[in-house]
Amino acid sequence: MAEADGETLAPRRRLQIVRRLARHRSFRIGFTIVVILTLAAVLAPLLSGIDPTAGRARLRFRPPQEAYWFGTDNFGRDVFTRCLYGARLSLTIGLGVALLSGVIGAAAGIVSAQFRRIDAVMMRLMDGLMAFPAIILAIGLAAAMGPNVGSLIVALSVAYIPRTARIVRASALVVRELEFVDAARVSGAGNWRIIWRHLLPNCMGPLLVQLTFVFAYAILAEAALSFLGIGPPPPAPSWGNIIAEGRDQAIDSWWIMFFPGLAISLATLGMNLLGDGLRDVLDPRLKVET
Amino acid sequence: MSGAIVSAQGLVKEFAAGNQVLRAVDGVTFDIAAGETLGLVGESGSGKSTTGRLLVGLVPVTSGAVRLFGETVTGPGGAARLARVRHRMQFVFQDPQGSLNPRMRVRDAIAEPLDIKGGVSRAERGERVAELLDRVGLPQASADRYPHEFSGGQRQRIGIARALALRPEFIVCDEPVSALDVSMQAQIVNLLLDLQERFGLGYLFIAHDLAVVRSMSRNIAVMYAGTIVEMASREALYAAPQHPYTQALLDVVPRPDPDRIRRPALAGEVPSMMNRPAGCPFAARCPRVQSLCRSETPLLRGIAPQHQAACHFV
Repeated sequence: MAEADGETLAPRRRLQIVRRLARHRSFRIGFTIVVILTLAAVLAPLLSGIDPTAGRARLRFRPPQEAYWFGTDNFGRDVFTRCLYGARLSLTIGLGVALLSGVIGAAAGIVSAQFRRIDAVMMRLMDGLMAFPAIILAIGLAAAMGPNVGSLIVALSVAYIPRTARIVRASALVVRELEFVDAARVSGAGNWRIIWRHLLPNCMGPLLVQLTFVFAYAILAEAALSFLGIGPPPPAPSWGNIIAEGRDQAIDSWWIMFFPGLAISLATLGMNLLGDGLRDVLDPRLKVET
Repeated sequence: MSGAIVSAQGLVKEFAAGNQVLRAVDGVTFDIAAGETLGLVGESGSGKSTTGRLLVGLVPVTSGAVRLFGETVTGPGGAARLARVRHRMQFVFQDPQGSLNPRMRVRDAIAEPLDIKGGVSRAERGERVAELLDRVGLPQASADRYPHEFSGGQRQRIGIARALALRPEFIVCDEPVSALDVSMQAQIVNLLLDLQERFGLGYLFIAHDLAVVRSMSRNIAVMYAGTIVEMASREALYAAPQHPYTQALLDVVPRPDPDRIRRPALAGEVPSMMNRPAGCPFAARCPRVQSLCRSETPLLRGIAPQHQAACHFV
């Protein structure tokens, strides 16, 4: 009975948030960009019949033209097709880093806020990690773990965990002082119930916003690491390694670097706009008119 | 009192404030019998809220003892004994906005004490929520809604329904109506009285509003600067207040009596709770202060049957 009711009587607050998001201009733009890029990644084989990794010696260094919208590279591979397939890898890395650093960062932050004895140790650990610039830390870790997508995701996640942990901890510290947490305690609620039912749901807003930014940073960082030669290994394309491979022909064949670069800018812009919109709508203190 | 279900003995609570010690509650002792209400009145900062929280274990005591339903829940092994009796008491909070999780449906907020205690089937849970909503006068459709969709008074009803979920015998009401407007206050007070009559509930009713406390309580304790300065039955306290602080408090309650003699209103403020000097805490503001008051702390003593006051000169 409860389940049926729960489905039919939609939570009004959630509906209201969706409605406000739909009215928020930069959220709409960001959302559209992200949806288009995601569709491009998912539908890559339908949008282009060309094999993204097969080289064709006769077709090297073709500038953008009707058959090859983004031109071809030094192996005669179609840059448009590679950008489509590259979206798969780049977006996977972005999503993977956002999820992994989100889960671990949120866990670390909530535990710090709730178990005050762990807090000092946990936060010094996070400070230690934060003392390294994220990209340097990721380079070190990725180099140590070897060049593959999994280690890249892990390395970037480690680099972004401290910021996420701090944000979640800060909001959990505010929430745990609210009276409903005391109310739960009087009823005998244990720490885990308080974390799951009370703290975490009330920290989701700032966490979600932070993760959209992490998503964007991760895509950028993937490009930077590829450029340094420790990104996802070729020949499988990612936006980062397409740029890295086009580096030697940057002057004569600008299109090899330009289009994946554009894709990265677009993805980052889209995620940032989306995150801004979420923040405006989820944080009632910022009454932004749009 | 032998019939006491709740008893506080010499409760002391100190908070660290920087490198100083703030004594918020200083030796509070009282008993509450089954089905009775003790009203606890005082200015903000007098330690009345902290006393309520000490009673249910939300704040650990510095010294003194709390006995609930015959179990001493403070001191060594107290936590385990508290866990055993916890379901027999509840707490209603002052701020009906903050005491409900904004992300929890009313159904889940009300049923949370049941969920924690466990052993309740889905069907029983639903029935119990329906019954509780009915009891506090909320429509059944409320169950699937979120707290922000309700007014302050309705949210306080949700808080009360939640407090009743485990059929407690004793409820601490921490200023349950002071955040509500006057017409709503009367409704909530009546609801609490009605529930008391029906279920034989005992209350510790904390408030700063003497009129509200008067309508709720059988016995009343007046707190000042962490201590109880006077404790008596409602009738005795309002008819013949003994402690100068109680007299001053009752004097500021407006009464339609043009002929009464008004004592001058109290000047000054509650003394600092840190490094309090020896003597009566009320000495600095007392109209009848003598030199003895500044050197010796008066203890709460019986001055008539069922009437105690802490003053050298009553």
